[in-house]
Amino acid sequence: MSKGRFGQFGGQYIPETLMNEIHRLEAAYEEARQDEDFQTELATLLREYAGRPSLLYFAKKMTEDLGGARVYLKREDLNHTGSHKINNVLGQALLAKRMGKTRVIAETGAGQHGVAAATAAALLGMECEIFMGKEDTERQALNVYRMELLGAKVNAVTTGTMTLKDAVNEAMREWTTRVDDTHYLLGSVMGPHPFPMIVRDFQAVISREARAQILEAEGRLPAAVLACVGGGSNAIGMFYHFIEDEGVRLIGCEAAGEGADTPRNAATVANGSLGVFHGMKSYFCQDEQGQIAPVYSISAGLDYPGIGPEHAHLHASGRAEYVPVTDEEAVQGFEYLSVTEGIISAIESAHAVAYARRLVPTLPPEENVIICLSGRGDKDVAAIARYRGREVSE
Amino acid sequence: MSRIAEAFDHGKAFVGFVTGGDPSLEKTREFVLAMAEAGCDLIEIGVPFSDPIAEGPVIQEANLRALAAGTTVDALFGLVADLRGVDSLEAPLVFLTYLNPVYHYGYEAFFTRAAQVGLDGIIIPDLPFEEQGELKPVARAHGVDVISLIAPTSDERARAIAEDADGFVYLVSSMGVTGVRAEIKTDLAAIAARIKAATTVPVAVGFGIHSPEQAAEIAKTCDGVIVGSAIVKIVAEHSAAAAPHIAAYVREMKDAIRF
Repeated sequence: MSKGRFGQFGGQYIPETLMNEIHRLEAAYEEARQDEDFQTELATLLREYAGRPSLLYFAKKMTEDLGGARVYLKREDLNHTGSHKINNVLGQALLAKRMGKTRVIAETGAGQHGVAAATAAALLGMECEIFMGKEDTERQALNVYRMELLGAKVNAVTTGTMTLKDAVNEAMREWTTRVDDTHYLLGSVMGPHPFPMIVRDFQAVISREARAQILEAEGRLPAAVLACVGGGSNAIGMFYHFIEDEGVRLIGCEAAGEGADTPRNAATVANGSLGVFHGMKSYFCQDEQGQIAPVYSISAGLDYPGIGPEHAHLHASGRAEYVPVTDEEAVQGFEYLSVTEGIISAIESAHAVAYARRLVPTLPPEENVIICLSGRGDKDVAAIARYRGREVSE
Repeated sequence: MSRIAEAFDHGKAFVGFVTGGDPSLEKTREFVLAMAEAGCDLIEIGVPFSDPIAEGPVIQEANLRALAAGTTVDALFGLVADLRGVDSLEAPLVFLTYLNPVYHYGYEAFFTRAAQVGLDGIIIPDLPFEEQGELKPVARAHGVDVISLIAPTSDERARAIAEDADGFVYLVSSMGVTGVRAEIKTDLAAIAARIKAATTVPVAVGFGIHSPEQAAEIAKTCDGVIVGSAIVKIVAEHSAAAAPHIAAYVREMKDAIRF
């Protein structure tokens, strides 16, 4: 079996044209990881540019209202560009530059990764092209313009379901056309090895900070950490440094759309089965012929038919739990956090907030939980208004 | 001698591709027979996949048409069984598909069925050399060739891939996905020579080839040329009435590589 496995999951199932480039990336990353200058440069950017460490905020009103464990929010929404995506793009863009690349390409769903990638490219003086499903360019028109403002070219993808999966297809196709000067700045813990490892390492800063912060604040580890899961980058970042802490429950909240038992959902662990797609062996929503199924979620960022291989492994081994959260629950979570704590979170993150509302009251008050607030919700305001039957112009 | 080896045994081979089930299974049967009749030495049948990441727009759309028509792996196995029953058809038949439909079917079940119906080989663009270990022994046990691809970027990998190659080597002409290219600049002769040093199986070049002039030029460097998108484009244009157009095109291309 090839390298880059998490249990049986992962691997490098990509066209031959990309294999040498993937190997080069692996070698370059290995070298960068051990290079103090690289690590210092990244740490400096994370601190001075992205605004890390992000706050671990005690949600007092939410805690009082839910009447159970003490609730903490890991405020990735306060990072520069408004989400956890900046952690990964700064790392990968530095790595790409080190490899002599002058151009980055990236897929995006909600636009958070696209905005982050365009930002990193602007900062480091690289050319940037973003692939975004046409349906998502309409759902997230503001982010399209934002990326353009940052100097990126946005390609609306009109193939397939015109969402995140198709954006990944197109970015991969583009990469096979041009690898010499181009790095594929993959946005989640998915795709062929070494991407799931690289993205996880860059996102692990979330739990590295959160673990120290909660010990400082509470003197004890959390009973559970929660994060939304599409491909799973903020979730793996939130989980990683707690994996060895066996008493800490790791809970990934999947997008169940109109319901995990309806045809319109994106709950990969609940409904998917083993498969090989987008370079990795993992769980995918697929039909009885092994065709990748169209998926749906109100959240463009979770609207993906697969899950990263390390999550598949955490699920198969029983270390992490993955729970479905519907559109309606997520919207309620979005509204709840807004009125209760004065924080408008991304609709993606609201999936984790929604599940926390169910979980927290069942836990004793001396315990605590951390919710990863992966992104801010400005981008979602118009869509949520629409969901509630109000037309607002952006 | 295997049917694939046979196909490369009388001069330069012309390899043609159609997407199975586009626009219907019956029409695919007709197209395959027309291609063979017109001089196709080996025929690739595309098993449609929802997300064919190595394909350009022409074959992507054919995949979607075939899926919309309800094409399944089993139906295409049935088609191969049926075609192998046609006495006049000598050309080997190989599937081109992505790993997931094969994985989902189950390797043992898939290659058992493949051997039963007389499928000669399979090309899986998202199964690179390092990942072939889980599938190739099963395919070999059933006598089905897993055709390996070598790309312009393969460099030193080309030798290892070639040394382990079954059937023929599919040399990718240039960077990018399938689809017509105005010109192909890769130094194919150099890569073909490297492959030839490591294996005795024939080398066929594909991706982007559409004109007789290109085919003639490229055939000088290898044992055969592969044409997909140009044929699928004829299917897209003429749909159910495409057979004579495909036959005329194949004849012209095959003539161009008779040296």
